[in-house]
Amino acid sequence: MTLSPDEIILFVVGGIPINATIFYTWIVMALLTVVSMLITRKLRADVPPNRWRTALEVIVQGIQSQIEEITEGLSRHLLYFAGTLFLFVAVSNLLLVVPGFTPPTSSLSTTTALALSVFVAVPLFGITSRGIGGYLKTYVEPSFIMLPFNIISEFSRGVSLAIRLYGNIMSGAVIAAILLTVAPFFFPVVMDLLGLLTGMIQAYIFAILATVYISSATAPKHTSKTQEPTP
Amino acid sequence: MTDLAIIGAISIFTAGLTVSFGAIGPALGEGRAAAQALSAIAQQPDAASTLSRTLFVSLAMIESTAIYCFVVAMILIFANPFWTAALEAASTAGG
Repeated sequence: MTLSPDEIILFVVGGIPINATIFYTWIVMALLTVVSMLITRKLRADVPPNRWRTALEVIVQGIQSQIEEITEGLSRHLLYFAGTLFLFVAVSNLLLVVPGFTPPTSSLSTTTALALSVFVAVPLFGITSRGIGGYLKTYVEPSFIMLPFNIISEFSRGVSLAIRLYGNIMSGAVIAAILLTVAPFFFPVVMDLLGLLTGMIQAYIFAILATVYISSATAPKHTSKTQEPTP
Repeated sequence: MTDLAIIGAISIFTAGLTVSFGAIGPALGEGRAAAQALSAIAQQPDAASTLSRTLFVSLAMIESTAIYCFVVAMILIFANPFWTAALEAASTAGG
């Protein structure tokens, strides 16, 4: 039994072995890009929206409303970042139902890459919102004693983001493989159903946690909304 | 017992122990969290969407501790570094 799709070499291009993780990541990327391009090709005001465009709008507006509930004041860059994370993880987890497809998120390499991008994005969003001094000041809040703990928590939440997604998806694959040898027909299907649910929830949680981390690093900007209008 | 047998036996035993103990804490925690969320939904059905969203997020964060234990158990069984090191040592000693 292989624990990770990194070990499966599909083919070799110019001396570079292409493993299953890279190949299926390409498939997910191509699927997302091509479908979105095909749907938004005729995005003009005079063309009436068809059902595909409406479906995309529902997805994007759902992501937007979820982010707005957390951050209270949407920045479009956050929508792009968290929405991309959610769509990639969700699509690669949902393609579990395609026979022969191994989700790239069941490899620790993919989830570490996603967690690293969150790890880099948090300071970037924080610095653009508060400035370098303002962002570094969040490390010594509430007092200077908390500095090492804040730094440790920065690293540990990156690690936990990666391991959580990897462990959930990998455990679904391993349990399905074990059940396939014990009870071949019925139980693996049920476990795959459970895997679909877990995959969606994990995609949601990954994006939500990234949004929460970023919005805790950026400055709160709702000061005028809470004040009473003076008569 | 040979070194390989000892390493294999202890790895399997520890893997089972890891999953069993690692499941106790998250199970108790998730039960408490779900019970609290259900009673909160029963008191305020209007806030059900917010409550269930935060419930899902917190359940996944609680569950990740159990997932860590599962990953450690899987490493112990399928990708044990000491097992491969002992295999290599045995093969070099044997010929």
